[in-house]
Amino acid sequence: MAAGDTSTLPRREFLGRASALAGLVVSFAPGMRLIDLAAAKPDGEAASAEVRWGMLVDATRCVSGCDACVKACATEHGLEMTDRPEIDAQWIRKVDLIDENTGREISLPVMCQHCEDAPCVAVCPTGASFRREDGIVLVNKHTCIGCRYCMMACPYKARSFIHINLVGQRTHSPRGKGTVESCTFCVHRVDRDREPACVEACTAAGHQALLFGDLSDNEGELAHRLSEVQTQQLRSDLGTNPGVHYHGL
Amino acid sequence: MNDTDYHVAPAQGFWVFVLILVTIVIAALWAAHQMDTAGHAITGMNNQVVWGLPHVFAVFLILCASGALNPASLSTVFGRTRYAPIARLSGVFAICLLVGGLVVLVLDLGRPDRLQVAITTYNFRSIFAWNVLGYTGFIVIVGVYLACFMDNAPRGAVKAAGYVAFAWRVLLTSGTGAIFGFLVAREGYDAAILVPLFVAISFALGTAFFLIGLVLSFRWSGQVPDSEVLKKLGRLLAIFVLVVLYLVAVQTLTSLYSGRQRGVVEFLLFSGGVYPVLFWLGQVGLGSILPLMLLYSRRSRGCASILTASVLVLVGGLCQLYVLIIGGQVYPLRIFPGYRASSSFFDGVVTYYVPSLWEVLLGVGGVAMAVLLCLVAMRILPLLPRALPLKPGTLVRDP
Repeated sequence: MAAGDTSTLPRREFLGRASALAGLVVSFAPGMRLIDLAAAKPDGEAASAEVRWGMLVDATRCVSGCDACVKACATEHGLEMTDRPEIDAQWIRKVDLIDENTGREISLPVMCQHCEDAPCVAVCPTGASFRREDGIVLVNKHTCIGCRYCMMACPYKARSFIHINLVGQRTHSPRGKGTVESCTFCVHRVDRDREPACVEACTAAGHQALLFGDLSDNEGELAHRLSEVQTQQLRSDLGTNPGVHYHGL
Repeated sequence: MNDTDYHVAPAQGFWVFVLILVTIVIAALWAAHQMDTAGHAITGMNNQVVWGLPHVFAVFLILCASGALNPASLSTVFGRTRYAPIARLSGVFAICLLVGGLVVLVLDLGRPDRLQVAITTYNFRSIFAWNVLGYTGFIVIVGVYLACFMDNAPRGAVKAAGYVAFAWRVLLTSGTGAIFGFLVAREGYDAAILVPLFVAISFALGTAFFLIGLVLSFRWSGQVPDSEVLKKLGRLLAIFVLVVLYLVAVQTLTSLYSGRQRGVVEFLLFSGGVYPVLFWLGQVGLGSILPLMLLYSRRSRGCASILTASVLVLVGGLCQLYVLIIGGQVYPLRIFPGYRASSSFFDGVVTYYVPSLWEVLLGVGGVAMAVLLCLVAMRILPLLPRALPLKPGTLVRDP
């Protein structure tokens, strides 16, 4: 092969050059988010303990009757309701509260609180319930035996058991009959540097009652808001140190 | 170790009993298969009551298993040689009951096909995982213990195995109690006293089961058990029932006094519909007061009374576990103290649970499995000591 004779360029080299050129063009193409994705956690990289994902639920902004967060979660994870609500999986639910002393009414969402010392993780016999280094509590669907001990132990009733056969599950949200599941903080989104679906929906609805972020980032918006407003964690007396904080209770 | 002559149970009636029990076990397996293929939606369990009737039966059998070892422990650990001839029966009953309980527990899992995961992957922070090791260890240790006294092993070996088995069974039952006692978020359970309470319940239930098994197996072979043993075990049963009552009273009064758990106690004892009925009528009346009257009354100390009292104690134990396990779940979690809560996920309200036929079949099937294993063991192993022949036409004889 003569030097500089591109007509006889080996196929592998040709494909490599062509891919590089295409990548360069696409990176600068309008509307593309490859630059943004560069900030996301690459596949295969472990979660970092330097981050602790958490959430602020501002009950003063949460609107009674609005269930945008619940619907968004159901759509994102393919949670379908049946005619038997007692067996339906609910990863996030709206709870209406009435103060027993003052009669004040509050509406707020409750989901997995992603506790630092999670009772579900402690009691799981196989270790299927686990907490990532970044604070997100998940269920390994391959090793969950469906004993439901975690559901007994969860102080927030945040977990659901799959009572029926499922079809059409989302690829990013593995689910299966006979196992336990709960809010994942939309880990598939978070790892791509996106917000959980409920937070996005709440913002889109104009309420901004949910703020997601890194609790350990002192410069971040979440930490800033937490330092500004009075908040509390649910059943803080149990010492689980949830990642979800509530304002307005 | 003793000089007793042992024999296997007679063939008479064996296959009839086996046929009946196998039928029940097959029905239970079929029920479990239905639950596995259709999902737990066909049961009465839901996202509020996650442990249903199968758990009640499983815990019942596991507690019975630990307590059934009482006569063997009395003989080896406490030096009561009178119980030595029935120690074999005691060990075999213990293993068979535990297997029955474990079968129910496993078949009630959401993924029973992942049993291998459960026994090979451990989270050592989990009390449940400790229990899985405890169950396996119990079968092995009691098996060795049994082999020691069936093989006329040296006294030292029997004693060592007996001590280990005794310690292990107390730990095992403590672990079962801890599964519930350490659930701090649920007001119906959060109490360390559940640990000794479960140990006491196991002593009562196991002794009751053993007494029934002893009388019936002796009658099956046309013999009468040692009347003194029956009488003494009957007295022990009465003491265990009293201890359980005492611990329940302490737990209840503590909860009522503290205020934090007052709501759930009032629910279970007074306002909770079926649960107060099961508590007062089942656990206290039929399961405690009546057996105590039968066991302490001078006029009714016969073998028939002991047998009846034992059956009643078992019925009371089932009621007690139902109230504890199911009642503790239907009562709502207090996630927001000081607020009345409501939601589409049954926050703040008492939920309901009605066991399905599948669950009843699975639970009863566990008992049938345990009894079936006991029968088969008695038929193939020399477990029954030679004793006085039974008088023709008598069910049981006064001790």
